[in-house]
Amino acid sequence: MSPKPKVPGLISGLGVTFKAMLQGAVTVQYPHEKEDPAPRARGVIALKEENCTVCMLCARECPDWCIYIEGHKEKRPPRREGGRERTVSVLDRFDIDYGLCMYCGICVEVCPFDALFWSPEFEYSEVDIAALLHDKVKLGEWMETVPEPEALEVGAEKGKK
Amino acid sequence: MITLAADIGWGTVLAIKTVIVLGMIPVGAIVLGYVFLLKMMAHMQSRLGPMDPGGFHGWFQLVGDGIKFLQKEDIMPEQADRRVFAMAPAVVVISTFLVFIVIPAGPDLIVRDLDVGVFYALAVSSLSVIGVLMAGWASANKFALLGALRAAAQLIAYELPLLLAVVGVVVQAGTMSLQGIVEVQRDSAIFGFDGLGNPFILTQFIGFALFLVAAQAELTQTPFDMPVAESELVSGYMVEYTGFRFLFFFIGEFGTAFAFAGLAATLFLGGWGIPGVDSAALGNVLGPVALFTKLMAVAFLMFWVRFTYPRLREDQLQAVAWKYLIPIGLANILLTGFFKVAF
Amino acid sequence: MTEPTLLPGATPRLDPRDMRHLADAQVNVELDTGDMILNLGPQHPATHGTLRLVVRLDGERVIAADPVIGYMHRGYEKLTEVRSYPQITTLINRIDWLSSFANEVPFIHAAEQLMGIEAPPRAQYIRTILTELSRIATFVLFLGEMGLQVGALTPAFYGFRDREHVLNLIESATGGRFHPNFNRIGGLKDDLPWGWVNETRSTMKLVLDGCDVFDRLVAGNEIFEARTRGVGIIPGALGASYGVSGSNLRASGVDWDLRRDGKPYLVYPELDFKVWTHPDGDSFARYWVRLQETRESVRMVVQMLDQMPEGPIMAKVPRIIKVPAGEAWVETENPLGQMGYYVVSKGAIGPFRVKIRSASFSNVSILPWLLRGVYVPDVITILGSLYFILGDIDR
Repeated sequence: MSPKPKVPGLISGLGVTFKAMLQGAVTVQYPHEKEDPAPRARGVIALKEENCTVCMLCARECPDWCIYIEGHKEKRPPRREGGRERTVSVLDRFDIDYGLCMYCGICVEVCPFDALFWSPEFEYSEVDIAALLHDKVKLGEWMETVPEPEALEVGAEKGKK
Repeated sequence: MITLAADIGWGTVLAIKTVIVLGMIPVGAIVLGYVFLLKMMAHMQSRLGPMDPGGFHGWFQLVGDGIKFLQKEDIMPEQADRRVFAMAPAVVVISTFLVFIVIPAGPDLIVRDLDVGVFYALAVSSLSVIGVLMAGWASANKFALLGALRAAAQLIAYELPLLLAVVGVVVQAGTMSLQGIVEVQRDSAIFGFDGLGNPFILTQFIGFALFLVAAQAELTQTPFDMPVAESELVSGYMVEYTGFRFLFFFIGEFGTAFAFAGLAATLFLGGWGIPGVDSAALGNVLGPVALFTKLMAVAFLMFWVRFTYPRLREDQLQAVAWKYLIPIGLANILLTGFFKVAF
Repeated sequence: MTEPTLLPGATPRLDPRDMRHLADAQVNVELDTGDMILNLGPQHPATHGTLRLVVRLDGERVIAADPVIGYMHRGYEKLTEVRSYPQITTLINRIDWLSSFANEVPFIHAAEQLMGIEAPPRAQYIRTILTELSRIATFVLFLGEMGLQVGALTPAFYGFRDREHVLNLIESATGGRFHPNFNRIGGLKDDLPWGWVNETRSTMKLVLDGCDVFDRLVAGNEIFEARTRGVGIIPGALGASYGVSGSNLRASGVDWDLRRDGKPYLVYPELDFKVWTHPDGDSFARYWVRLQETRESVRMVVQMLDQMPEGPIMAKVPRIIKVPAGEAWVETENPLGQMGYYVVSKGAIGPFRVKIRSASFSNVSILPWLLRGVYVPDVITILGSLYFILGDIDR
């Protein structure tokens, strides 16, 4: 410890708490005041339904298996005259159970079609645990809270997300 | 006694006094608890304390807590000694009530001005040791037992420094009556200067420090809170108490803090005495205010220390009492006696 | 229902009703009269989680102590057998939840060793910065809660308050305060957000101020010194033989730090830092060493912010990662001690077997020796100063 002229530690400790008392509290009085989480904060996952092709990669890679997907194939008219009929996958059910979700982000990362996004929104607690299963519609509503991709730090490789 | 009450009859006067003394404990506990335990501790820890109950900075928190405790289920451990378990909190609180009888708040505002006021106050405050032992033993819980045994050793050991600190004051004042001590402090002068009276803290500063340390130990507050060591014994001797009985212990602890702060203010800071205010009527009005202010200043010191320091281990605690505080107390009495006779 | 007939030579079926007594097991403690057996835990404020200490007391002195662990066993090593590498990275964040980024690093290193790839320099720097930030966050909490173990209520709140600054930094970079899940095989998930370097610099100043507060409020307090000096002395050689590691061993005078002395990993070979030791080996020494190491970590972070190179943060890796067959053992200096992963791969998308060497498991193994003849309050001081996390012990 530093060899300063010694105020006995007992007195100097009292000084610390006295100063802390005068400095004011750091408490943010939720819910009257709110703090904004970082834009990257993993609050909730949002679904952009038009991008989803029901490839099931997210449901497979989830460590908790909390994504439930059901879909079916439909036939669509060919794009040009005389062409073949196209088969398109249509999403019937896309549920994420936030009671199980570990907020790891593997599903968002693994999706090859950029259909899943992170949003820092965190105020969705429920009284009933079954209500933590967010269905397709609710996940689509979270898309409005997804922030714009932000700028990266100096020195980052250009052209990356 | 109060001259206005000459024709009220002693029964009514007794009733009034009882109500006031009974009321002092919860009121004192709530005031000390709210200002120091909830708010001062919070601000020292960079947080706010309760803010919502009652609207204005959560003043209703402790009252609400009291109501909450009243409606809780009365749980007793199966193997507990039922009667002793039930009586223990009452013993602790009764000893606090008895101390308030001799603390003066004004020239006439005292329940009974005993000639041996100081002696009586200290004797009666040590009754709480029995209550603590009863609580710890009757709980049928090893943690509670450990806490009670530590408490017994500690509380008895620190009675002596408390007493020795006060003897210095008694020698200087020449009387054991608390009203007399207040009047001596108010009326005497410091080296001929009349304005401030002569609060004994100026000459008895060693005694004051000793009294504060010993009072801290008597109240089992950090750094002497081994019996209630929260990170080890989780409430020590009180661990099996819930609901109303726990409320008794809590009120007893803070009520005793109120009483000891009041005693310290009376013995060392001049109590209700304001130098220059001699008339009885003015003294009866301003006296309680003065006493309350001085009491809160002493309590501030006690709680400030409580929230800053870690706790001493039991053997270190005993060493401090027997090897350091008692010799200092004895030396203080010697010095006081010398100066009293010489000057 | 009839009992199935047993073939000759088969072992008889165990009836669960006969096994109830095992829940009350008091291992290695002989029942004697005159002494008291006290159960510290598994629910106790001082045992940092669900650790159960069965102590035999004579008054206030401990005659024998036995830690009973396993109340928080989550079966990590079994879980890793049926998960892929990214999924395991998510899970192992939660082994030592206070310094979660540091848990991922040795595992990812082992996988990268097996694949024969190396993360680019910028990724290595950011990994090291985040590891040191998690070290700072863990130690700042220790500096606060050690005061709480010995009875001072206030330092604990300062510890949590100062830790919030570092957690905010980690959150703005990785998205998660406690469980960053940021490492990937070959590099990192994302680059840092704009302004992170400047924010980190100002946060490091706040942390240094916080360390000074702890120095004055706790380390300099005479009562704290009286409670911790001479309590729980671990002789250096004995500690090393028990497997005690990290700051606990350095506080006993053993000059050993994997960042400097072990196999080189991350960017520690390029950094200039001091390894702090203390000769005493008691609880005060462990507090003091962690205080100095916090300050040292702050200096290291500032160095790295100055030296950080530019470039990509992810090496070239195939889309579906199949780690080739082989075995790898990587050990790193985690905040709680030495942590190691032994990864056995058979070429699939997940490992065949992972063995986790956690620091706290070995740190706690010295408790039966350490707690003999010590007072009950000292037990609490010692438990606090060893600084173990139940998730790390039980995995």
